[in-house]
Amino acid sequence: MTVLGKAIAHESARGHVTGSALYTNDLLPRRGGAAYAWPVTVPHARARITAVDTAAALAAPGVLLVLGAGDVPGENELGPSRRDEPLFPSEVQFFGQAVAWVIAETEEAAKLAAGRVVVDVEPLPAVLSIEQGIAEESYLTEPLFMRRGDAEAALAAAPRRVSGELFVGGQEHVYLETNAALAEIDDSGHMLVHSSTQHPSETQEIVARVLGVSRNRVVVQALRMGGAFGGKEVQANAWAAVAAIAALKLGRPVGVRLDRHHDMTLTGKRHPFLARFEVGFDDDGRILGAKVELFADGGWCLDLTEPIVYRAMFHIDNCYRIPAITVMGRGVRTNKTSQTAFRGFGGPQGMVVIEDILDRIARTLELPPRLVRERNFYREGDETHYGQPVRDAARIERIWSALLRSSSYDTRRAEIERFNATSPHAKRGIAITPVKFGISFTATFYNQAGALVIVYADGSVQVNHGGTEMGQGLHTKMMQVAAHTLGVRLDQVRAMPTRTDKVPNTSATAASSGSDLNGAAVKRACESIRSNLAEVAAAELAVPACTVVFEDGQVFPRDEPSRALDFSALARKAYLARVPLFSSGYYRTPEIHFDKATGTGKPFHYFAYGAAVTEVEVDRFTGAYSFRRVDILHDVGDSLSPLVDLGQVEGGFIQGLGWLTLEECVWDARGRFATSGLSTYKLPGLGECPLELNVALLEKATEPGVVYGSKAVGEPPLMLAISAREALRDAVAQFGSGGIIELGCPSTPETVYFAIRERTEAAGGARRAAE
Amino acid sequence: MTSRPAPDPVFAFELNGETVTVSAPAHHTLLELLRYRQGLTGTKQGCDKGDCGACTVLLDGSPVLSCLTLAVTVAGRAVTTIEGLGAEHRRAEGRPHPVQEAFDRSGALQCGFCQPGMLLSSAALLRKNPSPTADEVRAALSGNLCRCTGYAQIIEAVLRAAAVERGEDPPAPAWSIEPRDEEP
Repeated sequence: MTVLGKAIAHESARGHVTGSALYTNDLLPRRGGAAYAWPVTVPHARARITAVDTAAALAAPGVLLVLGAGDVPGENELGPSRRDEPLFPSEVQFFGQAVAWVIAETEEAAKLAAGRVVVDVEPLPAVLSIEQGIAEESYLTEPLFMRRGDAEAALAAAPRRVSGELFVGGQEHVYLETNAALAEIDDSGHMLVHSSTQHPSETQEIVARVLGVSRNRVVVQALRMGGAFGGKEVQANAWAAVAAIAALKLGRPVGVRLDRHHDMTLTGKRHPFLARFEVGFDDDGRILGAKVELFADGGWCLDLTEPIVYRAMFHIDNCYRIPAITVMGRGVRTNKTSQTAFRGFGGPQGMVVIEDILDRIARTLELPPRLVRERNFYREGDETHYGQPVRDAARIERIWSALLRSSSYDTRRAEIERFNATSPHAKRGIAITPVKFGISFTATFYNQAGALVIVYADGSVQVNHGGTEMGQGLHTKMMQVAAHTLGVRLDQVRAMPTRTDKVPNTSATAASSGSDLNGAAVKRACESIRSNLAEVAAAELAVPACTVVFEDGQVFPRDEPSRALDFSALARKAYLARVPLFSSGYYRTPEIHFDKATGTGKPFHYFAYGAAVTEVEVDRFTGAYSFRRVDILHDVGDSLSPLVDLGQVEGGFIQGLGWLTLEECVWDARGRFATSGLSTYKLPGLGECPLELNVALLEKATEPGVVYGSKAVGEPPLMLAISAREALRDAVAQFGSGGIIELGCPSTPETVYFAIRERTEAAGGARRAAE
Repeated sequence: MTSRPAPDPVFAFELNGETVTVSAPAHHTLLELLRYRQGLTGTKQGCDKGDCGACTVLLDGSPVLSCLTLAVTVAGRAVTTIEGLGAEHRRAEGRPHPVQEAFDRSGALQCGFCQPGMLLSSAALLRKNPSPTADEVRAALSGNLCRCTGYAQIIEAVLRAAAVERGEDPPAPAWSIEPRDEEP
């Protein structure tokens, strides 16, 4: 009985329900003599710092230090690729940026003293919107292009055209555990940093850089995170750097914990995007050509904006064949927080745009949006606009038709029409949308991973790998892979905290790739140990090594299960026989490449697919709505851990639903992030969830070339929530008579209300004109 | 000229079944007392403003947000944190709290940061209402935010715990979970 593919509880579930699972910030009260940090922030979107007076702060009770640029022993620079991100800036680049840090005996003392640091500034003009950035040519990247065919000619020749603009809002991560780091000099004199980071190796690199030491003097450990969603991929580094500089200076542990307000005002969000598009199509709704421009609001420094813009461009096709297309993408530099990775990494923004376009085409032609989507699907043999063959294109239609059946789409569509006919003030809408999401880091070199698996002489196993646990169940899956590959029971395996001195030079746990990359590395390490052990067992059992079976903690000849050795006993024998019982494993994704100059290549190892049907009811007078039912069919290959995958699909959908409906990032006229608390930034709670949520995983979906036939699951389900936005448009459509529906994004109740009003006024105007 | 600060108030309260005497500044919250003075880090600091529910504890059996509760106001009262939930139930009933078992088994958690608050709100609900409907569970937990899950397994876990508590066979879970050897 293998544990692979079994629905098992999360590896830390026991610790979570008893409160004993520790997070980075829980370590602070346990460290005697730990000092606490608090940022000094400046309330200007852009300003030159002319003077900093720390005297009053330093005189405050309990204050140990006020850190500034002069205290950085190495380089005052955090930027992982471009050096454009000073830790202690001389010019404020966004409202509320930290320019100094107070270190004190308690958090309260640090907080009180931070208010006594006087920062004199000279305000400077700021760029506060994408449009202003374009007008002032304030950019983070060059224009990036992908082209297929002659889009201009295709547009000119198309019998019909629509053009438009869509602003797609950002999203705050709101991982429930805010950013935290704790730095201390360990007993051997190394800088040990506990960090709530998705990318321990990069945190190590940045800490080493600001300290001015080589990386072998810094160890970063990531125990677990209370959620991350991309927000701790790059942006965990600053807090680790502050803690490390202070710990080195003071010779005692120093912790940084952002409170929620600081976490929301200091760290970046999902990129807001402005899309401008023109699309040509035929009378059946088939797209013939398209020109799309995607501008991303990247905030004050580069961060990950370029690959995020690329991923938006890669996903402008979603599941649809666009025969001729030119897509341009560009990162705009604004005086805001540095926008960063967030589950989907630009893909969702690209996908919302094409789904918006398809709805406009359908309503222009007065065709059902569902039909227009189907007519544009990729078929077997098609290539994407960047030249990658769409492997398993048939899976789109397979999922689509299975979901139409299981959700009783046609029956419900008819019911909804009957309901709407007799309900003037509440209307229902329904929509089905598909997802195709490319799996791999598009920066090819990130697609590598390592593992270190250790079997002790008593047969117990430790698994170290480069991935971090943020709640997504990666450790659970890695334990399943190790237990299955070694043929031991799950309770013989422990997943160790992620540390840079166990597995070096790792990639971020991001791009949904954690289990693909680390799983393959863990598997290879286990296979190497198992092959050593098989030799020992073969000698003991007097059979050829190739006939030795490892299963459930027992080792036996294939044809004689009764002659089983205990795995623990075999480990002991192997140790005595001087056979190595540990191994590293290494994996790199094969056959992926992308050429930026031509905008073509095979950037993805494969695609993950899914589809969702959402039904909504909307109130005419308030725009308020409730999601009545959601049906999802999603492709995770052969699931390594179905309960984990179910959680990822449900959670991803709800997070996407939040992004598209409730979560509105508002910056005011001064550039202040106005929605900087959970009272003004609305997350989906139990009250906003769909009343019925049916999730199924696609069966018979083995993915060749991925660890045990599985598929990545972290990001793709988020985009299933686009069905909710399209269902809202469908409901809004019921209030009037035909034509394109412009609907803001996020489609908050307020936005829906205005869309309905526009619709009803247009219908009223048309009636009056007819009379 | 600064006036001498008043000494911190000293007070006693029942913490997870045991009487403790503490001193804390009058402006400190129960959350700060629990995490930084008592070392009970199971109570999570999510927003410090009463928006997220992660710091929920039980005060005389009812859920309160410890980040909005001044520490001194619990004098003479009983506080239960996540560390005490199972222990108290084990003392009274000889087994861990059914919500702990149900959440452990049902995939109702991912990162776990919202769990302590979610579990204490659930335990308080079941004490008041042993047979809640799904809607009543939604209402009772509407102040507890979870950013990872889709809440579906959370509702299922509470309904499951309620059935166990009533001595009924729990509803079959959507997914079969491998049994555990030891108890929480």
